[in-house]
Amino acid sequence: MQLNDFLKHTSEWLKGTGPNSDIVISSRIRLARNLDKVPFPHWANKKQSKQVLDQIEQAVANIDFLKTATVFRLADIGNIDKQFLIERHLMSYEHAQKTDSKAVIIDSEEIISIMVNEEDHIRAQVMQSGFNLFEAWNIINRIDDCLAKELAFAFLPEWGYLTCCPTNTGTGMRGSVMLHLPALVMTRQINNVLAAIAKLSFTTRGLYGEGTQAQGNFFQISNQVALGHSEEEVIENINGLIRQIIEQENQARSALLSQNRAMLEDKVKRSFGILRSAYIISSQETIELLSLVRLGCDLDMIRDIDRRVVNELFIVTQPAHLQKIEGKKLSPQERDMKRAELIRERLNK
Amino acid sequence: MLCDICGKNPATVHLTEIIDDQMNELHLCEECARQKSVQMESQFGLSDLLAGMAEFEKPATEDREAAATKCPDCGLAYRDFKKIGRLGCGECYTTFKKYLGPLLKRIHGSSRHQGKTPVKAAKGLKEEINMIQDLRAKLQKAIEAEEFEEAARLRDQIKAVQEKQQKSSKEEPTR
Repeated sequence: MQLNDFLKHTSEWLKGTGPNSDIVISSRIRLARNLDKVPFPHWANKKQSKQVLDQIEQAVANIDFLKTATVFRLADIGNIDKQFLIERHLMSYEHAQKTDSKAVIIDSEEIISIMVNEEDHIRAQVMQSGFNLFEAWNIINRIDDCLAKELAFAFLPEWGYLTCCPTNTGTGMRGSVMLHLPALVMTRQINNVLAAIAKLSFTTRGLYGEGTQAQGNFFQISNQVALGHSEEEVIENINGLIRQIIEQENQARSALLSQNRAMLEDKVKRSFGILRSAYIISSQETIELLSLVRLGCDLDMIRDIDRRVVNELFIVTQPAHLQKIEGKKLSPQERDMKRAELIRERLNK
Repeated sequence: MLCDICGKNPATVHLTEIIDDQMNELHLCEECARQKSVQMESQFGLSDLLAGMAEFEKPATEDREAAATKCPDCGLAYRDFKKIGRLGCGECYTTFKKYLGPLLKRIHGSSRHQGKTPVKAAKGLKEEINMIQDLRAKLQKAIEAEEFEEAARLRDQIKAVQEKQQKSSKEEPTR
């Protein structure tokens, strides 16, 4: 599998299918694991890091379940390619810095990605479309068991899996759900919701992960606690919270429809109109307008565009994707034109 | 940058407040942040954050002793951990156990793992974990009944099982 092959298909998490996929974009579970008796990546010397990489690559090669996965060593790929992987949520921004002895292992469906030598020796994640944390957990749990047969993990019965940062110690698990909440934003209820989430020890991030602001009405909600609860309990807790937020977003959507349908439809259709006609468009404006178009699809105001096409546009209009599609480096001005062209093509089909 | 409230001390706490859609950025010194955190305790986890920082302000002698402790496996000193917030290797958890226990409790609200165990180690470990849990329950009962001799015996038994666990996890060969 080559990096460019990813361009030919839709990532699993963008498919716009699965439970509650009108509001929940994707569900993701990641596990942090470290090899026993080896310093964590930031504290290891070059030789140790190289050995870790070789050992994990070998372990992955021995696992039938990961037969279709490809190893990308970060030292061997260019900056646009690294950015491309970040935009597809296959690796973190942090992982793209200082690339010595780092790799990312990705399966052909883009469901599984395993970062080697990020903050921990292993950061494995599984993504699913829609509201589907348990399915993601079942898959990653299996991968973890396979890896544990090949590698000895740093583990204490009392404290669980030992991680570089004590905030991950225990299960080493983080479950995240990406939500699209335009009606809660429009009805100005979102801040109450976010405050409640913070109070319950969950964190909220933006569409593009750690350290990003919420943009285009997208919010990523994850657990913070890793010790003292089993994986299933943590997932059940997240699920309970997400169900409530979905309920609130649905109520806000109904309220908007019953009280102000014309205003809402006007906003949606204008956004659709701009996206279908613009010749120059920034990524910020794109996200904001696409968010409204997506809402229009959910509310049956826009019928001739599949949700999957809209989901995909959120990612393929990002800088590295535009440059990969064009096959060359583009200046920001050129990107704004290419972006508009791509959107026109896909929305005017 | 100086503190937005007192204007005297350097600002080390950066806070974004959102009240009725108005976003407000505050840069505070530790002292003013602590006062502010009392007001906001119900809304934010800021007080927890500060409690976490205060963890590091132990009495000077204990602090010096703690700071100089070094992990025999990777050489990371507790002082390094305080500076970078990251540990050096799995063994650090055993080396700094005394200090990490309370910290983990503060971060997670618990310091006892309830999740899965690695498959390879699972069989023996699970039995031992169950045994420890049983013993702990008995210990609790003994304390409640004020049977202190029995309690002491149970405590030693728990300790023995834990030590055995640690030893066997060390002996397990790495591939």
